[in-house]
Amino acid sequence: MRLLFGAIFALAIAAVLGLGTTWIALTKGTAYGGVTIGAWTAWPKNGTAGIDPYARAIVARTGELPVGSGDGIAFHAYSDDTGQPLDGRCNVLVSGITPQARFWTLTLYDPQGRLVANSVLRQGFTSQEIIRKSNGTFDIIVGPRARPGNWLPTGGVERYQLVLRLYDTPIGMATRAGREAPMPAIRQGGCQ
Amino acid sequence: MIRLGLWLLGALLLGGIVHLATVLLLPSMASHDAYARVAAFAPANAVVPVPAPTPDRALMPFMDPAFAVSVCRYDLTRGPLKFSVPISQAYTSVSFYTRSDIAYYAINDRAAGRRVIELDLMTNAQRADLQDTEEMTRADRLIVTSPTNNGLIVIRALTPEPGWLPAARAALTAAQCRPQTLG
Repeated sequence: MRLLFGAIFALAIAAVLGLGTTWIALTKGTAYGGVTIGAWTAWPKNGTAGIDPYARAIVARTGELPVGSGDGIAFHAYSDDTGQPLDGRCNVLVSGITPQARFWTLTLYDPQGRLVANSVLRQGFTSQEIIRKSNGTFDIIVGPRARPGNWLPTGGVERYQLVLRLYDTPIGMATRAGREAPMPAIRQGGCQ
Repeated sequence: MIRLGLWLLGALLLGGIVHLATVLLLPSMASHDAYARVAAFAPANAVVPVPAPTPDRALMPFMDPAFAVSVCRYDLTRGPLKFSVPISQAYTSVSFYTRSDIAYYAINDRAAGRRVIELDLMTNAQRADLQDTEEMTRADRLIVTSPTNNGLIVIRALTPEPGWLPAARAALTAAQCRPQTLG
């Protein structure tokens, strides 16, 4: 009788523990092999045959296709430079320069990777659309209300993420430091 | 007390095994991965345009809205495939994914170095069967070997400004992905 209870107890704990950790690992993030520069993180290995089992499982679950390493690299930002999560009700300034690449795109997604609806049908910018200052840097204002210049609307959503994709770029697996890859700064300002 | 500790230890070990097994098995059991989503509307060995992502509808998450996208779901069981796409004005890339959505190869217009990206796609076995004729060893002939019989070719053309969309779409419409006629 004690054996039976023990076995049921152990199996129950094993099931909860095993499935629970899998669920957390697949929904809460991809910790392995990330390259973090400022607020931005990329997983260059996910675009190669060397993708790790956790990232494979995440890709299978969400149904996305990672950017191939011969094509480009995608940097995700979930928070500003101070670590505060990006809030769609606040004004966020993305400014500076981007690493060397033939083209880049900056896109705003909700946490599940869907585009966010807004009145002006703008979900992102390409490197060619952006208005730059005379020294080559740019300011992009991400916020709920229309602003002059490069305005990326948030649609007022609570949480979002920015994805900066570099195409035809030397940035990749060998990149480690911000010196090689100067990413734009993200500063969160006033909220509404 | 010791008995309880042993049961707990056993439970921890078993839990670890359950965790690893589910993570490793999930990719082969996923029924709603990118390949399955494409297979729902695209016939094998044909280039099919993918509708642009909108906030309400997108084929898959994290699609870049600045790109026009077409896809070819390939099946190499009957033989190798010939693939070609004319490059658009801005930036064109071709990425290859296995049946389980692993990106194993990608090439862009600059790497191709010509006005057309042209290549042969085959399995390792089909590559081994090829005769090394002069035609086969031509320097500019690109052969891509797929680790799996099935997979996806994703063709993407950048539209740096909205006005470029028709040109990008036109380049993708001219893409071809068809079984090789042996001869």
